[in-house]
Amino acid sequence: MQYLLMIYQNEVEYAKRDKSTEQAMLAEYQTFTQSIISSGNYKGGDRLQPTTTATTVRVRDGKMLTTDGPFAETREQLGGYYMIEAGNLDEAIGIAARIPGARVGSIEVRPVWQYNH
Amino acid sequence: MSPDAVEKVFRDESGRALATLIRLIGDFDLAEDALQDAFAAALATWRQTELPANPRAWLVNVGRNKAIDRIRRQIAFRDKEPQIVRAIELDAADDDVAERADLDDDMLRLIYTCCHPSFAPEVQVALTLRTVCGLTTAEIARAFLVGEDAMSQRLVRAKQKIRLAGIPYQVPGREALDERLRGVLAVIYLVFTEGYLATSGAEPMRDDLAREAIRLGRLLVGLMPEARDIKGLLALMLLHDARRAGRATASGDIVLLEEQDRSSWNREQIAEGLALVDQALSMRGLPQPYTVQAAIAALHARAPSHQDTDWRQIVGLYEVLLRIAPSPVIELNHAAAIAMVDGPARALALVEALAARGGLKQYDLLPAVRADLLRRLGRHEEARAAYRVASEATQLVPLKRLYARRLAELDAAS
Repeated sequence: MQYLLMIYQNEVEYAKRDKSTEQAMLAEYQTFTQSIISSGNYKGGDRLQPTTTATTVRVRDGKMLTTDGPFAETREQLGGYYMIEAGNLDEAIGIAARIPGARVGSIEVRPVWQYNH
Repeated sequence: MSPDAVEKVFRDESGRALATLIRLIGDFDLAEDALQDAFAAALATWRQTELPANPRAWLVNVGRNKAIDRIRRQIAFRDKEPQIVRAIELDAADDDVAERADLDDDMLRLIYTCCHPSFAPEVQVALTLRTVCGLTTAEIARAFLVGEDAMSQRLVRAKQKIRLAGIPYQVPGREALDERLRGVLAVIYLVFTEGYLATSGAEPMRDDLAREAIRLGRLLVGLMPEARDIKGLLALMLLHDARRAGRATASGDIVLLEEQDRSSWNREQIAEGLALVDQALSMRGLPQPYTVQAAIAALHARAPSHQDTDWRQIVGLYEVLLRIAPSPVIELNHAAAIAMVDGPARALALVEALAARGGLKQYDLLPAVRADLLRRLGRHEEARAAYRVASEATQLVPLKRLYARRLAELDAAS
């Protein structure tokens, strides 16, 4: 099964970190990504630019409306994701727990609704 | 074969047969339907013949074939039909179900799946009662005071989550087992405590739920004899449940421990509980929370009277609990035990400190304990106020009556 692991954390706090912490975290992410590539679980994943760069689009009565910012204001923001292949939810949870961001933020694990294209 | 005998088979075997069918079929709802079909077939067949040598294997085999029939009839499965049917049949060809060593594991798998930490605690309880204990949706809805539709929705969503999120049907690996076992034990204990003292309603006790919890406890002890604290939990439930006959009057009024007629306690159940406490205490490693609570219950069970209880040792055991599994409820019980050793004044100070920290805000037993201590200290006006708070806080009618009785006694005394 495929799962999307969504990495949420407080991006205001996140932005306050000093350079060396940032670099250590980046290295951890690289190690983690390598580990799930070599275990065959990795399908894709990336870090997102901060929510200040987000635009939300809606179409109402045939008219397109765009607003500045993310869909919802929350304490933690979506900052990146991994798409993985895992045997079951426990395996997916186990992988999510190894994401470095899990120690400061939270990881939402969602099964992907797969269509047969 | 009488219908009674078939009913007995249903009671004894349906849980395990369902657990195995879920493993074979891979779908909770389809497995439940298939088991129903198998029992309908059993009623028709067994009436004319002898009971098969292994009724559970018979039920599993018939249930499996009924499931295949159902899959063939269901349009939703049509595109996957060949592969599903082949998978189920392969299992049949593999070996005789009756000989499989992991039949018991199926029951464990089922319990662990229902108690998966990705479910909210109340969902874990509902799913366990429905699937492992075989209670009806209506019965579970009644137990937790929600509408039948709401409970049915909750169960449908839970089974959907098992399928869509890929919650595994397996006993967790060693690294996760201890943590997951704690969740399973918590679910069983929640079922028991709801049966032991209901949250609300007219009846103080729900024997059916207490019985189910004890049955689950026995099942788990049988399935995982080496796992720690299961014996402690079973002992705790047996020792508490042994007092059932003494805990309420014929008219449904609650009788507190200090006023109970100890000759009404179930001695046989106490003996079983005491033996289990000893076994649990002798297991290697640090003492576990349920085992320590069972040790406290054992001291009550052994005491000839409330006064002649080894309160000092009980205080000590609560102090152990406060170290290994601290909670406001344990603090409150500790304070109540302190009152028996050091007097109500010292206990009241502990209760006041707990209240000041905002612990147990929504819990009627805190004002009730406080009221009792104030009463014993002769501070009747404050005691009256506390009983009124306690009465406001509970939704259980017999408890409201108990607090009203205490108020009346205080009024008569002054």
